[in-house]
Amino acid sequence: MVTSLFIVISVLFVLFRLVPGDPMATVQDPRMSPEVQEQVVEMYGLDEPLWQQYLLYMFNVIQLDFGVSYYYGRPVTGIVGDRLVNTLSLMLTAYVISYSIGTYLGAHMGWLRGSQLERIEMILVLFCRSMPVFWVGMVALYLFAFQLELFPLGGMRGVTATYDSQFEKFLSLDFLYHLVLPVFSLSLFYTGLPLLLMRNNVLEVLTQDYIETAEAKGLSERRIVIWHAARNAILPVVTAFAIAIGFAIGGQVLIETVFSWPGLGREMVDASLRSDYPLAQATFFILSAIVITMNFFADLAYTYLDPRVKLGGEQQ
Amino acid sequence: MAVFGLGILIFYMILAIFAPIIAPYEPFERIIADDGSWKSLHPPSMAHPLGTTESGHDVLSQLIYGTRVAMFVGLVGAFMVACIGTAVGMVAGYYGGLVDELIMRLVDILYGLPFIPFVIVLATILGGSIWNILFGVALLYWLSTARVIRSEVLSLKERPYIEAARASGASDFRIMFIHILPNVIPLSALYAAIAVGYSITAEASISFLGFGDPSLSSWGTMLQRSFVTQEFATSWWWSIPPGLSITLVVFGAYLAGRGYEEIANPQLREGR
Repeated sequence: MVTSLFIVISVLFVLFRLVPGDPMATVQDPRMSPEVQEQVVEMYGLDEPLWQQYLLYMFNVIQLDFGVSYYYGRPVTGIVGDRLVNTLSLMLTAYVISYSIGTYLGAHMGWLRGSQLERIEMILVLFCRSMPVFWVGMVALYLFAFQLELFPLGGMRGVTATYDSQFEKFLSLDFLYHLVLPVFSLSLFYTGLPLLLMRNNVLEVLTQDYIETAEAKGLSERRIVIWHAARNAILPVVTAFAIAIGFAIGGQVLIETVFSWPGLGREMVDASLRSDYPLAQATFFILSAIVITMNFFADLAYTYLDPRVKLGGEQQ
Repeated sequence: MAVFGLGILIFYMILAIFAPIIAPYEPFERIIADDGSWKSLHPPSMAHPLGTTESGHDVLSQLIYGTRVAMFVGLVGAFMVACIGTAVGMVAGYYGGLVDELIMRLVDILYGLPFIPFVIVLATILGGSIWNILFGVALLYWLSTARVIRSEVLSLKERPYIEAARASGASDFRIMFIHILPNVIPLSALYAAIAVGYSITAEASISFLGFGDPSLSSWGTMLQRSFVTQEFATSWWWSIPPGLSITLVVFGAYLAGRGYEEIANPQLREGR
């Protein structure tokens, strides 16, 4: 996990040194005298050799100091902090909903294998998975916000809403009301993967002997699927979570843009369009850090769900 | 269903190849009404089956030209993913040991780079172009292909016929290309089919965010224009066709890929 973060930072360092133009051009005023200009260069450490700049950069990033945003004129860290909370609130809600629905429906479809109903469900799922997530968002906005006027056009809160605390903000009805359409669009996008995996795994598990034993014991179908098949089929879904998260972040960026959600993804898009490099760099770093941390937790969850991994297979 | 998927792909392929003949207008041709004003946001009519955009472009023509971009990105992307993924997977699986360890570490690390943000950074630095998107696809989408090919090669290389080839003095290179490659090609092809969809969605997403090539009429840039002008709220004929086209092509590639998988791997057909 630490190595990955380290490499991401290094990639960022290299990439942002490739930026065309002098990085000092925005900070230095041409009217400054040459001595002052030199002082500014020194202040930012740009007269040091490259490896020292790299060390300095590393040091700053570890302290979460990404410099000052060109656009807002404030330290980047402060801006990013708020955005991170907004992003996580949207992302985790969508994740919980889609993984619950996905694993349940997947197990259900695995059980119904071969039937006409399953075939139709399968085609529907593949079709939903093919839809670009930002377009789903646009269509949802068109239908539910512009035509039916049921939901707000975007953003995170109404104009009149005020809150006493952060906590209250995320529990208010107004916030939930703004959350519905983005979560709907994101969930539609996220659900496909756990669902398809779950279905395939259940198909595989159902051929095992212990399922037959359970059937012979006269257990109800429901009990077999949920207690015997689903429990064992869920493992690969957890591993796949790690791979899925990279794609999920992409969906997050798109949905935040469509719904003007003041999160990290939208901030990253805006910062990049405005050539606000410090902010773009910081948002990219945090998005990667989310991916890497989630990967780490997926590994932990895996060892928890499958005791064999922890015990090194001794009991088998 | 696989035939249906293939049908969709062929349909869009024909549109892409014959775009200049089929499209009634140039993608960026401004259509002027009789009274000299732009035909801005006209709903579908006989002259413009899918209406016009806010700057007076014909939606149908833009859509048809967009097919070219999508097909180009889809095919080149899929080709790169299949080549890189297969090559890396084969080398890792065949040589094993330290080589395998290093490659798999690299794969793990690259999984930490989220695709869309990464391409945004590229586009910020290098400027918007279709090549950034393809570079991003080539760099980050081969990972799962390589993993799957690797595990397939791991089991293949223990087979007796590989041992026989080695005993008769075949070089590593020869064993990999003549004896192992033909056996993993079906898997690569399946992943290539999936990569067609991913690449097209990737291009559309990046263009939608405004980091695409502004001189090209792609489905993503069409959606971006209709979103930025906020006209998707009124002109459904402008935003629905490109989105639906993306969906259909990606869907078609999925179906064709699954169909191919069933042909290449008959075990899948049992129990259905």
